[in-house]
Amino acid sequence: MLIAIVAIRMRDLFGVVILFGVYSLLTAVLFMDLDAVDVAFTEAAVGAGVTTVLLLSSLRLTRRWEAPPKHNPLLSLLVVGVTGAALVYATLDAPLLGDPNAPVHKHVTPHYIQRAAEEIGMPNMVTAVLASYRGYDTFGETLVVFTAGLAVLLLLGIPELPKSRPHSSAIDDQVVLKVVVKLLIPLILLYALYVQFHGDFGAGGGFQAGVIFATGFILYEMVFGANNAHAVMPPAWLPRLAALGVLIYGGVGLVSMMAGKPFLDYSALSGDPVHGQHLGVLLVELGVGITVFSIVLLIFYALSGRKRQP
Amino acid sequence: MNQIPGLFNYWIVVFLMMAGFYVVISQGNLVKKLVGLGLFQASVFILFITMGNLSGGRAPIVTEGVFVYSSPLPHVLILTAIVVGVATTAVGLALVVRIQEAYGSVEEDEIHARDLADEEELLEQNTAGTEDDGR
Repeated sequence: MLIAIVAIRMRDLFGVVILFGVYSLLTAVLFMDLDAVDVAFTEAAVGAGVTTVLLLSSLRLTRRWEAPPKHNPLLSLLVVGVTGAALVYATLDAPLLGDPNAPVHKHVTPHYIQRAAEEIGMPNMVTAVLASYRGYDTFGETLVVFTAGLAVLLLLGIPELPKSRPHSSAIDDQVVLKVVVKLLIPLILLYALYVQFHGDFGAGGGFQAGVIFATGFILYEMVFGANNAHAVMPPAWLPRLAALGVLIYGGVGLVSMMAGKPFLDYSALSGDPVHGQHLGVLLVELGVGITVFSIVLLIFYALSGRKRQP
Repeated sequence: MNQIPGLFNYWIVVFLMMAGFYVVISQGNLVKKLVGLGLFQASVFILFITMGNLSGGRAPIVTEGVFVYSSPLPHVLILTAIVVGVATTAVGLALVVRIQEAYGSVEEDEIHARDLADEEELLEQNTAGTEDDGR
């Protein structure tokens, strides 16, 4: 809460962005405390990691300092105060924290909790609900991520780099940093793969894995320069990879339709329904992971590659 | 009075939500507005996760000897929302960068002033054009 207030008061946008990263990390800790391990994982990787990097790269293209406000803040404070009071009044009727009779725990939740392990065949219920019971939602969200990546590409584009300077980086002389990063990147990528394929059993899944995998490449780009990073992962591949991910997801759905079951009903994929479900979830998570990875990296390339205009 | 610990999380959510709302409506800088939206968004995440929590429950991963789990459904919704959130924030940032390039500023007041000046210039040109036709 205090961090939020300080972030509002500060005029130095650099500080605001860093505080926002800290705020995300604290939110992740809170999620952990509320038993939401998968969500905490995602928030730590996305909120504290990727969002901060993206905000900083766009600050580089705009301005660091904010102009002092010209309006009187009283009117907005009044609006905010009235809305907040109404919301607090509304919470008086809300179910208490951890109440087992709350509506959330009444309708489909007991089914998910009791049947997920036998119907889908994987211990992590979050992954089971994400990829199988609510596969349509996840498909839609993957498409939203894909569309957002395309929108950024249309707005900014990725500039062609001059080929003649292979070693141009602002931090060329930082030997220690380079060695440490070189040691870290394989571990980050390995961890991302673990998260991707172990998501059925522990916390993790395609969304987190894609973001972590992209973080490895972002780190490489920041330390070794855009030229080297583009040599490792050419920007032209990224939209294709993203489309491939969506295609894998949709393709799994179509295959199950061909087999006479509803769209995204994975039990059609194999003779044994549980085995089919497991296979389907694995493929779908792979599609999600590929799409999220390439879109996050694409957005980073677009924001960091742009030259600041006078 | 025994409701207070149960409702405390909701009040934090309301406070953070209003903090984000305040930033969005009262601050002029577009990057800061996006941070405000992020604050608002994170408060909604906390609201959902709070509702999914169950006292005595564990994280929703099947473990032997555990029979009470927190609801996995809000977790799924928020997990995807976080990733979608970063993608949409990136679209916002891209727009801000383009605005900076077109207007030379990301302050709302300066952008408005610039727009007004452009419109007046256009109007003057138009009136000058009709006068020419009249002659």
